[in-house]
Amino acid sequence: MTFSRRTTATGALAGAAALALVITGCASGGGEQTGADGDITLTVATFNDFGYTDELLAQYEAENPGVTIVHNRAATSNDARDNFFTKLGAGSGLADIEAVEVDWFAEMMQYSDLLADLSDPEIADRWVDWKTEAATDADGRLVAYGTDIGPEAVCYRADLFAEAGLPTDRAEVAALLEGDWDRYFEVGDQFVEATGGAWFDSAGATYQGMINQVEFAYEEEEGTVIATENPEVKAIYEQVLEASETQSAHLAQWSDDFFAGMANGDFATMLCPGWMLGVIEGNAPEVTDWDIADVFPGGGGNWGGSYLTVPAQGANVEEATKLAAWLTAPEQQLQAFDSAGTFPSQTAAYSEDALLTATNEYFNDAPVGEILVNRSEAIGVAPFKSVKYFPINDALQKSLTRVDVDGTHTIESSWEQFVAEVEALG
Amino acid sequence: MTATADRPRATGTPPTAPPTKRAPSDTTGKTERQIRRIAFSQTLSRWDFKYSPYLYISPFFILFAIVGLFPLLYTAWVSVHEWNLIGGQGDFVGGDNFAFVLQQPQFWIALRNTFSIFLISAVPQVATALLIAAVLDRNLRGKTFWRMGVLLPYIVAPVAVALIFSNMFGDQYGLINNLLGQLGIDPIGWHSEVLPSHLAIATMVNFRWTGYTALILLAAMQAIPRDYYEASMLDGAGVVRQFFSITIPQLRPTLIFVIVTSTIGGLQIFDEPRLYDSAGQGGASGQWMTITIYLYNLGWGQLNFGRAAAVAWLLFLIIVLVGLLNLAITRRIASGDNPQKVLDRASRRAARSAARTARTARTRRDQEVDA
Repeated sequence: MTFSRRTTATGALAGAAALALVITGCASGGGEQTGADGDITLTVATFNDFGYTDELLAQYEAENPGVTIVHNRAATSNDARDNFFTKLGAGSGLADIEAVEVDWFAEMMQYSDLLADLSDPEIADRWVDWKTEAATDADGRLVAYGTDIGPEAVCYRADLFAEAGLPTDRAEVAALLEGDWDRYFEVGDQFVEATGGAWFDSAGATYQGMINQVEFAYEEEEGTVIATENPEVKAIYEQVLEASETQSAHLAQWSDDFFAGMANGDFATMLCPGWMLGVIEGNAPEVTDWDIADVFPGGGGNWGGSYLTVPAQGANVEEATKLAAWLTAPEQQLQAFDSAGTFPSQTAAYSEDALLTATNEYFNDAPVGEILVNRSEAIGVAPFKSVKYFPINDALQKSLTRVDVDGTHTIESSWEQFVAEVEALG
Repeated sequence: MTATADRPRATGTPPTAPPTKRAPSDTTGKTERQIRRIAFSQTLSRWDFKYSPYLYISPFFILFAIVGLFPLLYTAWVSVHEWNLIGGQGDFVGGDNFAFVLQQPQFWIALRNTFSIFLISAVPQVATALLIAAVLDRNLRGKTFWRMGVLLPYIVAPVAVALIFSNMFGDQYGLINNLLGQLGIDPIGWHSEVLPSHLAIATMVNFRWTGYTALILLAAMQAIPRDYYEASMLDGAGVVRQFFSITIPQLRPTLIFVIVTSTIGGLQIFDEPRLYDSAGQGGASGQWMTITIYLYNLGWGQLNFGRAAAVAWLLFLIIVLVGLLNLAITRRIASGDNPQKVLDRASRRAARSAARTARTARTRRDQEVDA
């Protein structure tokens, strides 16, 4: 569980408003009312902030007379997950369009036959390849339309870099960190030697960036769990923990200490998907030295992102599919990026000026649009995430925490506990 | 009532006989019919007396059967099957789910944590609540203000309490470790060590529940006849002696109630440990993972409802066991100050109602016996 924790941060803010929306939304029922004159009501269930503003939805209603859209927003992705699986199992009660987060996307794909087939040759090339591939089930049915993705860059504190005698300009930093993870930790050693401070926030967050570059980390394609025997996993685990001994700020990601550390300059760099920019700005509003470099160790990496699905149980599957396609079209996705910062997964959007010229004042006017487009193009590997991916990843994150944050275990003893926990998942 | 006295006659009358004997209408017939009528209305009133209280109380039990008993039994049914949230019922597996859970070290860690948190929250809580109630029971200015004051923390939503406290108990930037640092004490690993994390969670629980418990105990204290205190004062008993020899023994039924309910609540603790860190899983090595969190992780995390249901039933059994144990111990403790043999319930009730009507002189005699 990594991505969903940002939902606690942003979700808390959206909470009150979302609750009101959910209450009023629920009152209007599961979206199966069909008026006498053929009018239909489509329900859209999302969580946090997808950037689907009332104006955006009104635009669709104006273009499609007779369609009324009801938008229900859950406060957190976990709430949406509980709701989704309960009603999917019950066979009724889901909205016409349901948003799904990558965190529980693999779990959902087990039941892809309960979702409508959304394949449409006209829009087949709309998304980045790996996003579409993940949403295609074993029978070749496309069951979900991609919304946003989380291409990762490196955020850094220019002031701390200067203190360590490292370059501060974002292009020079990108050049400095260009390379694999060994390079990243090497520069980290230089930094620690010069200042005595921490290079990155936590072993867990850094590990997440590293493991997302491994295609088959925990499971093989046919479902065999290899997490505990995979030498690649063990090697990454050891590498990050050995580096964290001196380079980590030992802050558990998303803890109160972690947010405080972000503002206090406890660490010099952190891995930064697009949506993380808002998290940093929100938690360290006074700091003027955060910057972002167009680089990511070991190639590109993706962290997070969501999909829209159309459950087959709905009464208006056809109309809902149309709306879902419209919502995930490049034009609408750009509007969503504008209002909520969700970075598009639509390739056509990447050549749009609105995205390419986007800058971020907080990060010293960094051209975030351009940087993130570059970063998304650098993503080479889409990790294979099957049913057990998340419980296993969760267990591994805990074993990193035991060594890095709690200091209660050694690298070896914590790994042993991880192995035992994976076995217990059986 | 006289119902029992009439019984032989009423039942002795053949029910079909009277209508056929209408015509003769001799004296014996008349009396017979009268007897019958009295007998029937008396039967009704007997039924009324015997059964209608059950009828009046039945809505609760009907409701309980639907919303309480059914889920309980259904959970038992789920616990002996393989059960996935979406796939639903799978194969019958008998006790496998229970066996699996009992073999998990995590379950035993969760059990240890639950009891540890329960003990370091419930015991100080009831003790403090008892003291607060005793103070509130004295003559105070602005009684209502103080009484509402102790209830104030209870109004705060548990989620808010957990957020504020887990911030205070932060490992590096928490308020408490900051204060400790200024006193030259090393920071405590509120989130990494077992006992400190339990203490922090127990603090949240106590913050919220102590006032509530105190008010319940206060209500019971106010029902204790003042005569007892006046009498004991005349005998020269101090405040402390009064507290131990009158207040606590008189509070016994309420204490049992408070202890049993706080046991149930304490063993089901969920909100506070779940919100204690952002992951909500009870810590990286399960430092503060309670049974309900373990249950939640099995059910909603792994979508394995069969195992989750098995944990739910184990928790149910544990609570019943501890509740019974509790009851036995509380009965001892609450009457322990009384050197007299414990009176049986009927005579205690009689003594109490007598005390209520009797005058000081009488009460004094009781107190002498007590002393």
